[in-house]
Amino acid sequence: MITFIPRDKVSKNWIIIAPILSIVFTIFFGLLIFAFLGYNPLETLYQIFVSPFSRIDRIGDILVKACPLIIIGTGLMLCFKSNVWNIGAEGQFIMGALLAGFIALSFPNIETKFFLLITILAGFVGGALWAFIPAILKTKLNVNEILVSLMLVYVAMLFIDFIVRGPLRDPMSFGFPLSKPYPEGALINKIPFPGIGFLGQLHFGILFVFLLVPISWIYVNKTLGGFKINVLGSAPLAAKFAGFKQNSITITVLLLSGGLAGVAGVIEVSANIGQLQPEVSFGYGFTAIIVAFLGRLNPVGILFAGIIIATVKLGADNAQMTMGIPKVVTGLFEGILLFFLLTGETLQKYKIKWSEGKK
Amino acid sequence: MAKKELKILLKATKISKSFGNFVANQNIDISVAKGQIHALLGENGAGKSTLVKIFYGVLQPDSGSIEIDNQKVSITSPNVARKNGIGMVFQHFSLFPALTVAENILIALDNKIKFNKVVNEIRKLSKEWELFVDPLKLVSELSVGEKQRVEIIRCLMQNPSLLIMDEPTSVLTPQEIKNLFKILKRLASSGCSILYISHKLEEIIELADEVTILKSGKSIASIDAKKTTTNFLAETMVGKKITELKKTIKSKSKNIAFEVKNLDKLKDHEFGISLTNINLQVNYGEILGVAGIAGNGQVELMEILSGEINCEGNDQILLDKTPIGKTNINERRKLGIETIPEERTFHATVPNLTLSENTFLTYFFKYRNTKSWITNLLNNPQNSLDESKKIVKNNDVRCPETNPIASQLSGGNLQKFILGRSLANNPKVAIFSQPTWGVDIGAATAIRQKLLDLSQSGKAVILISQDLEEIFELSDKICVINEGVLSEIFDVREITATDVGLLMGGKNKKMEPIK
Repeated sequence: MITFIPRDKVSKNWIIIAPILSIVFTIFFGLLIFAFLGYNPLETLYQIFVSPFSRIDRIGDILVKACPLIIIGTGLMLCFKSNVWNIGAEGQFIMGALLAGFIALSFPNIETKFFLLITILAGFVGGALWAFIPAILKTKLNVNEILVSLMLVYVAMLFIDFIVRGPLRDPMSFGFPLSKPYPEGALINKIPFPGIGFLGQLHFGILFVFLLVPISWIYVNKTLGGFKINVLGSAPLAAKFAGFKQNSITITVLLLSGGLAGVAGVIEVSANIGQLQPEVSFGYGFTAIIVAFLGRLNPVGILFAGIIIATVKLGADNAQMTMGIPKVVTGLFEGILLFFLLTGETLQKYKIKWSEGKK
Repeated sequence: MAKKELKILLKATKISKSFGNFVANQNIDISVAKGQIHALLGENGAGKSTLVKIFYGVLQPDSGSIEIDNQKVSITSPNVARKNGIGMVFQHFSLFPALTVAENILIALDNKIKFNKVVNEIRKLSKEWELFVDPLKLVSELSVGEKQRVEIIRCLMQNPSLLIMDEPTSVLTPQEIKNLFKILKRLASSGCSILYISHKLEEIIELADEVTILKSGKSIASIDAKKTTTNFLAETMVGKKITELKKTIKSKSKNIAFEVKNLDKLKDHEFGISLTNINLQVNYGEILGVAGIAGNGQVELMEILSGEINCEGNDQILLDKTPIGKTNINERRKLGIETIPEERTFHATVPNLTLSENTFLTYFFKYRNTKSWITNLLNNPQNSLDESKKIVKNNDVRCPETNPIASQLSGGNLQKFILGRSLANNPKVAIFSQPTWGVDIGAATAIRQKLLDLSQSGKAVILISQDLEEIFELSDKICVINEGVLSEIFDVREITATDVGLLMGGKNKKMEPIK
């Protein structure tokens, strides 16, 4: 029988040592598994961990991949901190991209980049409206937000599929389910670096991340609104005692997280795709849940967690492409990494005691 | 009932048990004689419950040995305990409300018997021991006292040689306590030993033959209970002289401070209590005690008085004759009404936040700055740092470090902080629920003194408590809450503890059958 006993104090050293040990263990078990399956273990590791950093343009790609994860993860952090379980960010991402796309395609000739402010706002509204459905059902009828937000993901997926095959399909697309290309004013450009050119696909959308991380840190740690979220998540009765309105906090965090997921959707489509298509997200909304928790529900932590997850995802893609390793194997490796990272975090807070006997 | 042949039934030597770094029991020796009522006395957290859980096999000791009838035994589970003749009645009952009495007892039996036989057996035992309870009644329909009888019958079915009772009287009215004691004494004289846990001194002197006192996990004395006094027990238990409360004669004002009129509130969930036609008033300079057994609507009453929930009509609550029924809790705080809910952690405070954050919790509106929107936007717990330090200093809150998180404080110190936080707002009306519940005697005395001081300085105080001694010690007027109905208000000089006990048990309703 194993019991977890809370430690009195989390050691400062272990906050640094634990993640390093987790990665060492991951590498060790990764080597074993790859060797067992008949792949060159060292080369696989190189592809997953090192190749994403091997060229400077690939670093740009890491940031591009991390960008939606960090934006969505930050929104989800607000929900999870207040014990509101929004797991439908994927759907909010899609609906944000869709509403922004609708606005963008309504002005086919617009060129000014100030138009981006409008499409991003539209993305926020689209995502927030999608999250408003579980919010209102939870606060008015006490319906579980996990079920509603998750099911709405599938509604959103089918809805965008319908839109790009029907109302918004480009007549010139030769029957492909694609919308017209966005006007110039709705596109997010790549960042030019003097002397280097472009850093992979790195685009101006990343600026939003660098704005979001400090603002959300201040919101969570230095404002009454952030304090309310914290209290509601730790002790709902105490929130009532303080006179905080539970329902309005629940609605606020759902709208904010839905809105941020929507913004991530706009940035992803406007920077990387340039038109609407049936699949605009690649599971970002779900992966961001892991990012939020791996980042310990802390804006700075989420920044790093987003980058780590993006790196491993890109590395796994590289391994698939260059070595022909199946996706299930790289997926297994990602799983091992998460397992050890979370174990490391748990063991910082708890010690394990082995006790004999049944109870 | 002196017993000359003191045959030792249970003997425990050097029992130790720790949880992490916390030592709950340290080298405890105790022996219980056959047919003896042995009391285990100690403050909250002294290690009483841990020790008896070890005897009942719920916990395993780290070291030490237990002998029953001079045979060394290792009690690895409650099953083994029952086979060795040990039965236990827990502080919180472990009965299924949706099953009948007989069904509850049947599923707890180790050896399987036919249902009809169980019913007959229960009838026989309940007649023999005057533990009256109908075996075919649903447990959810039973009163607290009846539920306890079911638990005792369940133990008696196993023919125990030792019955452990963990704080059995904390949920009973004075009349029910009297009955229980009669039964326990009869059980003891028939040869069954009883290990009786309590922190109520008078009970122990009345009931026990011998008393073992625990303090901070150690056994510090075993005394003949018939030859001691409550004062001596109290001082031994606390380890220092207990200061008497200072009561000065005060000039009573006739100004009504706070009034509740014809208040009704339907329960909002299945296990809640509906409040029916609540009327109360309290004058400045007065303490109104609201007695009652826990779970009779105190929590619901508190929610409405504090403003966590609004009344239906604005004129159902009056402060200085002004209707405030529809104001929320923060508006009431600004008007000078301070409340403390009975749940210290998770309700009055957030355990994983620091004291300054917990000060900010109820006073964030004080730091609002209308002139500068940017400082107002950044209104955060940093602002309450000085105020929380003041509260800690003025109320003798002992902290392990400056600005610790709330869960680092002991129950008593946390309650002193919560009370101090309320007093820092200089309230006109203070409404406190169970302020000394589960608090050690030293802190309880300090808290009670603060309440007296508050009323003596002309403030109105409403004290909701299940501790009758406390109610009588502090209150000027007393009323009783029972199943969501508040009795009329009596002057403390016009009512006896027996009357209050009857009201607590619902005097106007059908009494439990005592044949």
